[in-house]
Amino acid sequence: MTTFSSPSASPDQRSQEATNPHSPVVEFGAGKPLRLDSGVVLSPFRIAYQSYGTLNADKSNAILICHALTGDQHVANVHPVTGKNGWWETLVGPGKPIDTNRFFVLCSNVLGGCLGSTGPASINPETGKPYALDLSIITIADMVRAQAMLVDHFGIDQLFAVVGGSMGGMQVLEWASSHSGRVFAAVAIATGARHSSQNIAFHEVGRQAVMADPEWREGRYLEEGTIPRKGLSVARMAAHITYLSETALHRKFGRNLQDRQNVTFGFDADFQIESYLRHQGMSFVERFDPNSYLYMTRAMDYFDLAAEHEGRLADAFAGSKTRFCIVSFTSDWLFPTSESRTVAHALNAAGASVSFVEIETDRGHDAFLLDEPEMFSAINGFIRSAARARGLVQP
Amino acid sequence: MSLNTASRVDFDVIASLVNPGARVLDVGCGDGELLELLQNTKNVDGRGVELSQKGVNESVARGLSVIQGDADSDLKYYPDAGFDYVILSQTLQATRNPKNVLTELLRIGEKAIVSFPNFGHWRMRASLLVNGRMPVTEELPYSWYDTPNIHFCTINDFVDMTREIGAQVETAVALNAFGQRIGFNMPWGFWNLFGQQAVFLLRR
Repeated sequence: MTTFSSPSASPDQRSQEATNPHSPVVEFGAGKPLRLDSGVVLSPFRIAYQSYGTLNADKSNAILICHALTGDQHVANVHPVTGKNGWWETLVGPGKPIDTNRFFVLCSNVLGGCLGSTGPASINPETGKPYALDLSIITIADMVRAQAMLVDHFGIDQLFAVVGGSMGGMQVLEWASSHSGRVFAAVAIATGARHSSQNIAFHEVGRQAVMADPEWREGRYLEEGTIPRKGLSVARMAAHITYLSETALHRKFGRNLQDRQNVTFGFDADFQIESYLRHQGMSFVERFDPNSYLYMTRAMDYFDLAAEHEGRLADAFAGSKTRFCIVSFTSDWLFPTSESRTVAHALNAAGASVSFVEIETDRGHDAFLLDEPEMFSAINGFIRSAARARGLVQP
Repeated sequence: MSLNTASRVDFDVIASLVNPGARVLDVGCGDGELLELLQNTKNVDGRGVELSQKGVNESVARGLSVIQGDADSDLKYYPDAGFDYVILSQTLQATRNPKNVLTELLRIGEKAIVSFPNFGHWRMRASLLVNGRMPVTEELPYSWYDTPNIHFCTINDFVDMTREIGAQVETAVALNAFGQRIGFNMPWGFWNLFGQQAVFLLRR
């Protein structure tokens, strides 16, 4: 047997969160259009979000969390589809480094996402059918523009902090660059100011896997009642390898066999690592929209902050008053420390205030989502010091 | 590479040379002790660069703006005159190219504050003369083969280098073995013999 024996959430159930999410939603109607980098004007559109804590009287204690490629707005609450804890409960919550007793924490599903914000699985008001590939390509800057409109909706002039890892970190850098005055402090973790050629290559493999699945139906799978399950699974399996490290994989799985004493001389999942990856692939399909995966990966590929400033990254941060904290991990080969160092050097050259820590770990790119005490202690110190500077008194 | 003593006598001298509210870059800031002192007592806008990851992480956890970097290779990323003071405390002797580093300090900062152990101190001279071996002292506890301090100099050597790069000595302080300032108006040669450490305030 080489096929995936997956439990199947029906396309209806899967698209439920895309069209009718558990999260609150802000509708931006005809009076509030969004001009995308592609030149297309998106209107109407909507943004789904989660919030935690209380916004103070002068609205100075808001922290925006930006989620990663396959993340969502459910930072610190049980996920409505998977039933799992919030993806960043290690960092965000009462008494945590991002303390919800102290800060108003906001996280929105990115534009192009599939958990309630306008994305390819949303209904196109012009046709009454899902957008599929009729939605314009979305960029990181577009995601940030939409977030800025959500922040406006809350009447917040300046965010105390914008925090994110990986694709979330790209949004943090974009915020600090193009909405500099609205960001008091920025925490960019395991990220870079551009997507490298190798990263684009991995994303292309993923996209081709999705599009090669006959069930993809040129993107119209929702209308046709199918789902490119195998394609998206393979995309996730390949991507998942890039989130780990060789050392961590070997430590966790080695060459161990899965529920058997000997290899089977076949193509079943003999090795634990195979079984693990297949599980990762299948469970991903249950919660993520395949077209959304195409849009998210494309947004990351197009990101190149220096290119918007004639190749000089420092110019992206010229005159910035934002305090920056840049975090990288020694074993992250997707966004290696050199990418973070490039950002830190550019911030130095721009005369910005920057902290840059590299955390020693063998857990690869995914370390930013895991229990990494040194990362927590660095972010905690950074946030506390920034809060003092912002005049936010400890309750 | 900073020396790891709990209370560094040169810190108070350095702090006394910094004007309140100044923009300060501490190159080789260790765990951030001096930067924290300067922020608390002089309300400076402080930044740091530190080679060791442990030092960087400790500094950032203290709430300081510190990045991991190397004095020899990373100062070039800083813009001209971005700081009022650039501090190099007990780090000069550990750099690969001290002359280049000193030149960079005075490009980045209006002024530079440099503290270093004086290899011309009489104990060093006596140790070498009597024992015929590289001195190992309480303050400089490394053997010659494992020391990070690859470019020791004396006060006289340092003064020569400031002349070579065209830097002006605005203030100089020598500290004896008890951490006390050696009186003013002494010739360099006297300081060179009795100063265990020196702190220089330089300008372009």
